[in-house]
Amino acid sequence: MKHLINILDLSVEEINEMIDLADDILANPVKYQDCCNHKILATLFFEPSTRTRLSFESAMLSLGGKVLGFSEASSSSAAKGESVADTIEVVSGYADIIAMRHPKEGAPIVASSHATVPIINAGDGGHFHPTQTLTDLMTIRHEKGHFDNLTIGLCGDLKFGRTVHSLIGAMSRYPGVKFVLVSPEELKLPSFVKQEYIKDKKIPYEQFTSLDDAIGQMDILYMTRVQRERFFNEEDYLRLKDSYILDTEKMKLGKEDLCVLHPLPRVNEITTAVDKDPRACYFKQARYGKFIRMALMMKLLGVEA
Amino acid sequence: MNIGSIRTGYVIDHITAGKGMELYRLLGLEGLECPIAIIQYAPSRKMGKKDIIKIDADMPLNFDVIGFVDPGATVNIIRDNKLVEKKDIDMPQTLCNVVKCKNPRCITSTEQELDHVFRLTDKEKKVYRCIYCDTKNG
Repeated sequence: MKHLINILDLSVEEINEMIDLADDILANPVKYQDCCNHKILATLFFEPSTRTRLSFESAMLSLGGKVLGFSEASSSSAAKGESVADTIEVVSGYADIIAMRHPKEGAPIVASSHATVPIINAGDGGHFHPTQTLTDLMTIRHEKGHFDNLTIGLCGDLKFGRTVHSLIGAMSRYPGVKFVLVSPEELKLPSFVKQEYIKDKKIPYEQFTSLDDAIGQMDILYMTRVQRERFFNEEDYLRLKDSYILDTEKMKLGKEDLCVLHPLPRVNEITTAVDKDPRACYFKQARYGKFIRMALMMKLLGVEA
Repeated sequence: MNIGSIRTGYVIDHITAGKGMELYRLLGLEGLECPIAIIQYAPSRKMGKKDIIKIDADMPLNFDVIGFVDPGATVNIIRDNKLVEKKDIDMPQTLCNVVKCKNPRCITSTEQELDHVFRLTDKEKKVYRCIYCDTKNG
């Protein structure tokens, strides 16, 4: 049985196939509307989410399946002290596939070792978020047509930004890529990501603290939010939250075919005026999230149209 | 300094000078009621200075702990006053319940029954990372 815990659980070929399938679902939704008939998705969200949870639920409903679950830990047995292992043992008996978000890093690994159905990591703390990465990759392929020879800029909270860690892991497998890392000193990329995905693979990278200095060389700009929920100290959050704000002035410094992505939700790190710029792709990206999750669940469940 | 010979047990030799106490602690030798000697900063022709631990007891020894703390150490296994095996120690690929993950965001910080497991990710730099959250040990 296959799980998706880390984006690297999927080969480059599997990712391409999945995007092909998502594209076909996007073009012919009716063809797929019954292929998960009688299948049940459990969405176990121990941490709040809007986009990810709703896109999973919409994806399963659009495939003809059903959905059950909870949207915060307080409405689950976790509030009574139940372990992840016990929760998963039980829910495995109620559902055919489980999408789980948990604030603690590595919780999906624990879940996968106790599950009898596929587990999808829908985000674990500041660690990984592989289904967001599938969404990002689908958007990049749509906008650029390829993954190789791209300069990928990542800006904001690179330390706790789980979407950043997964995207770097995924893009590090394509030839000719370069990473441009823009963050305040305190929110730099963790050593395990930098060492394993960039340095060990001898991938060129540059680090900046100023977005203005870096934006001109990027093909992709991946903006992130400084996440209040990752800080133990409110003062640190307040000091760092407005480090980078992408506005129309900064966009003038970017390439004509720059593609701006953001996993959303945004707070103020991209001004709403940028939304009108054709290079702003983040709402398209959010829409693709449903279709790539449909493709992912079909693959993990082994169903076809 | 004279320390008697061992009847049945182990001599952990060629420990990097100064690491003997860490090894003593991680091997869980503190609670044992048997003759144990730690010799620190002993002169060594090969190493200049070294630590040595002698354990006069027939007990299981966790070689992974020795490989984790000091892969250059050697272990002499002694039975009935005779050297029966001389083991070279290598770094273990995984380490179970020897050190704890210090990342407060790791699942092991809240689920107490989970094993703390680390995997070797860089042998040259002796880097071990938590299998759950990828945090580096140390």
